[in-house]
Amino acid sequence: MRPSAARLLNILVPVKRAVDYAVKIRVNPQQTGIDLNVKHSMNPFDEIAVEEAVRIRERLKEAVKSIKVVTIGPPKSAETLRTALAMGADSAIHVEIPESDPSPEPLGVAKTLKALIERQKEGVDIVILGKQAIDDDAGQTGQMLAGLMGWSQATFASKVVVDAENKVANVTREIDGGLQELKCRLPVVVTTDLRLNEPRYASLPNIMKAKKKPIEKLLAADLGVDLTPRLETIKVEEPPKRVGGGKVENVDELLAKLKDAGITAIKRA
Amino acid sequence: MASKATRVRAIALYKELHRLGRDYDPSYDFHGKLRRMFEKNRNLTDAEEIEQAFKFGEYIKKETLALYSLRKYRHLKRMYPSSSLSDP
Repeated sequence: MRPSAARLLNILVPVKRAVDYAVKIRVNPQQTGIDLNVKHSMNPFDEIAVEEAVRIRERLKEAVKSIKVVTIGPPKSAETLRTALAMGADSAIHVEIPESDPSPEPLGVAKTLKALIERQKEGVDIVILGKQAIDDDAGQTGQMLAGLMGWSQATFASKVVVDAENKVANVTREIDGGLQELKCRLPVVVTTDLRLNEPRYASLPNIMKAKKKPIEKLLAADLGVDLTPRLETIKVEEPPKRVGGGKVENVDELLAKLKDAGITAIKRA
Repeated sequence: MASKATRVRAIALYKELHRLGRDYDPSYDFHGKLRRMFEKNRNLTDAEEIEQAFKFGEYIKKETLALYSLRKYRHLKRMYPSSSLSDP
């Protein structure tokens, strides 16, 4: 049955090449940042975003025209795009920055994405990305992009149901205190939470097939965006080492220690 | 190795398992075990036995993938605990 939507949906998934989740983060000797000479991989929340885009297409079938992934990063970030292509994205865009450049800030990323979206002749209906990157934990890009574009936004999504015909996305969000359901008109920016889905494994045959999928290379300057950082990191240091706990022999000793610590009993009303 | 088809299939499975083994705990010697298991079965001729061996390989692949998924999920859940009062 031909979808009656006037235009088919285009999904854009920004991904980030971030420090791998299993790496033990260490502060660099200059105390200006973390040691980046470690294993990197796709930000886990972005993996969830790619997976969700692929699942949306599996559910809506021909109503989804394309799934494009984009990354802003050094040449090595192309690997991250290949992984996303192997998971099911159709094509990729690599906004390349020099290896020596600092990582772009969320506002810079949002502005770049805005410029990219405006460049897409067929438009973008859904932007889905991770709620935060596990190396900087900023959690700002999605919101900033929605603000810049004037689009609806649904962050910390734990469930996304797209109604292509009515151009609406019903998103369940994880918030303090429970779940919230939002009905958002497309176009929409969705950021993913951990419990949205379980990303698929990119098998070797799929990785091979992904090598044939196109990756468009661009520079931030081509998009008229300046990625110069606006923030300066003054100092980064490790949290104080955890002081070991002590063992007590009996309840009386426990009470004595609590009292020493200044904790007193509350009188029952 | 019975036929060309099984040979191709075996090599594909080996490559896939080898790639998966890269993230395994090095003390387990995943690659060593993988190689020895494949070498042990290299002279199988009975179609039934060959199929069993393939099924076992596929099973190991699924188990290893499940292990990785769990490890990652648990790690991330610890890093980003749910602060909501409801059960996530």
